[in-house]
This record gives sequence, C-alpha cells and structure tokens, in this order.
Amino acid sequence: MSALELAQQLKAKFSDLITDPAEFRGELTLKVLDAGRIAEVCAFAKKEQGFDYLVDISSVDNYGEDPRFTLVYELYGYGHHCHLRLKTDVSEEKSELPTVTGVWRTADWHEREIYDMMGIRFRGHPDLRRILMWEGYPYFPLRKDFPLSGKSSEMPDVAFTKPAPLEGGPFVTIAGGKDRIAREPRVRIPETDALETNARLERRKDIQEAHGHAHGPGTVEKKD
Amino acid sequence: MQTSAEVGYNSKIEGEVVVTRVDAALNWFRKNSLWPMPMGLACCAIELMAAGASRFDISRFGSEVMRFSPRQSDVMIVAGTVTYKMAMAVKRIYDQMPEPKWVIAMGACASTGGMYRSYAVLQGVDRIIPVDVYVAGCPPRPEALLDALIKLQNKVSKEPVLSTQRKVAA
Repeated sequence: MSALELAQQLKAKFSDLITDPAEFRGELTLKVLDAGRIAEVCAFAKKEQGFDYLVDISSVDNYGEDPRFTLVYELYGYGHHCHLRLKTDVSEEKSELPTVTGVWRTADWHEREIYDMMGIRFRGHPDLRRILMWEGYPYFPLRKDFPLSGKSSEMPDVAFTKPAPLEGGPFVTIAGGKDRIAREPRVRIPETDALETNARLERRKDIQEAHGHAHGPGTVEKKD
Repeated sequence: MQTSAEVGYNSKIEGEVVVTRVDAALNWFRKNSLWPMPMGLACCAIELMAAGASRFDISRFGSEVMRFSPRQSDVMIVAGTVTYKMAMAVKRIYDQMPEPKWVIAMGACASTGGMYRSYAVLQGVDRIIPVDVYVAGCPPRPEALLDALIKLQNKVSKEPVLSTQRKVAA
C-alpha cells in the first residue's frame, strides 16, 4: 500500500476527526482536529496500518495565534516503508493532551523534551519531568517569548543561569515575522530585541523603508 | 619577589651536584609532572584524547597519566562546552583537587561559551573556577593544547612557592 492509500484509510476510519491528506513535495500530512483523541488515531495507525516506528514528535509555538501550540507526529512503517505526518493543535489555556507512550514506548523521552522546552503536559505519561534542563528550572526555553540569551535563575546547590551577552550581534534570528525573509535580520535593533509582541510590532520606519516592507522584519498579527 | 634560578654546574669540578634554590627545585618537579584531570565534556575531548595518544604524546611533557580522580591530579583541562547543568559538577570536582592546582580552559566553549550564546551554556568556565591558560580553537589542535601545557609549565616555574608559604605561616 502506498502512503496515500494508508492516509486515506486513516481518514476513512476517523472521518470527521481528521482532515484530508495534504501533500507537499511527496510527504503526506493529516491534521487531527481534536488533540484529545490523538492516542486513538496513533493506536490505529500502529496496530492496523503498520506504522510501527515513531520517528519524532516535535512542537511548534505559533506565538500570536490561537491555538498556540502545534504538535507534529512523524510516523514510519518498517514493513511498508511509508511515512506519515500527523499534526494536532493545543491551545495555551489547555496546554495538555494525552500521551502516546502506550502506543510507542519511544514517545516517553520525546514528550519529556516537549514538556521541558514548551511546557505542554501529557496526560497519562509515566514519568513527566524535565529532561534537558533541571528540576525546578522556572522557564520553558523554546517558547517564542523566551529570549535566546536566556533569563536569570538560581537554585542553590543545583544550578544557576544568567543571560548570555549577545553584544547586539547581528547574526541572530529574531523569532516571529511572516516568513523567513522577514525573520532574517539585516539590521539588528537592540532596543527591540525583547521578544514581546509589542517590541516586534514596532520597527523603525526608516529601516522599514530602506528594506521595503517585503524584506523588513514583518509584524506578527495577533489573530483572535 | 624572588625569582627562581637554576645554577649551572661543572661536573668535573663539583661532582654530580646541582646547587639551586628550593623554590626552583619544587617548581621543576611540579611543572614536569603535571597530571591532568581531563574534564572532557564535548568535542574538545576528542582532541584531548588525540593529544594523549601516540602521535602528539602529552606524556613526553610529564602528563604521563590522565588521572580521572581529582584527588590525584594537578591540572584540570576543561575540554568542551560547560552547560549550566554541568557547571556545579565541574565546580565540585575542582574543589576536590588538592593544592597546588591549575586549570587549562581548552577550546572556545570552555573559554568564553564559544558559539553558544544561549540560555543553557555557561559563558566561560572562568565564571566558576580560576583559569590559568586559555586555548583558542574549535577544537584546538593537539599541538595547541601542548603549547598551552608548555605555557602553563612556564607559569608554574615562576611561582614563588616557599615565600608564599612563609607568609601564610606568619
């Protein structure tokens, strides 16, 4: 069976829960509309369709959009050599969805990493704790509103952190902006370094005009 | 400040005797037997291993054994990225080393945080322990590490050992 057939079979089984398969450069993506049922979909994909390898789970922070987080599950089957991608959205207020460790054991550490970096909790996870940073670290570092240089924190006898000196360096990407061209900094404006929404929305007019609106750092519109 | 001096001798006249200062002798013993404590944390550790292997041979400079026990080593070579998570462990190991001890910060990450200007990387191991020699490079060639070891040996040979101890006693 080809990947398209497997995706259509999955869509047929769950009809309203998942969207039609979207294809881009030979890769198929299905969107699961209710994050609370992701474990069901994954269990079917593994047991009935032979997607026995969970390649990766990653999370995307759509800062400024609601729902804020998107989780991406990459699936693969050793038997039929087909890839499939499942996406699902999680809002910031909820920040929680069921774990898929019951389906693939490897999801254990992937989900711990997502919890550590983004703050998304997984219901039913056997051991949900930080994996890269230490227990008690107060922030979620890969969120878009967390600065690249880091924030100060102090846990006596465990660890401390301090912000790294970026020295206004120009070759650091600023998060947000409508596309990669907007994010690539031609000119770094130190006073707008802070990754709060307001700072990103305010750009100096002379810089904007110099680069033109298509190429300057774009604004991030908050969609309600 | 006393400078240590090694006095040459003529074996025909004086016999097999060397006349020198205690400072000079102690420093000579110390500098020619600096046993490293390899704090190999990341990629620089590979070059540290290469410096210890046969082609670049660190043991011809006296660093015969890489003592992985801090209690038995003289110089800690911090080779690799020091993350904040690891920083406390590095400090604890440094504290366990007995005096006299020195530190070589090997590579860009150990010296200044390197290319990792981020939330998780300590920006230079000299923020938690005193460093004697910094080696630039990413990673530095084994010859650069050996050059750093030679610089450290020169630094050790100039230390006023006894005069410092006399001050402490008084």
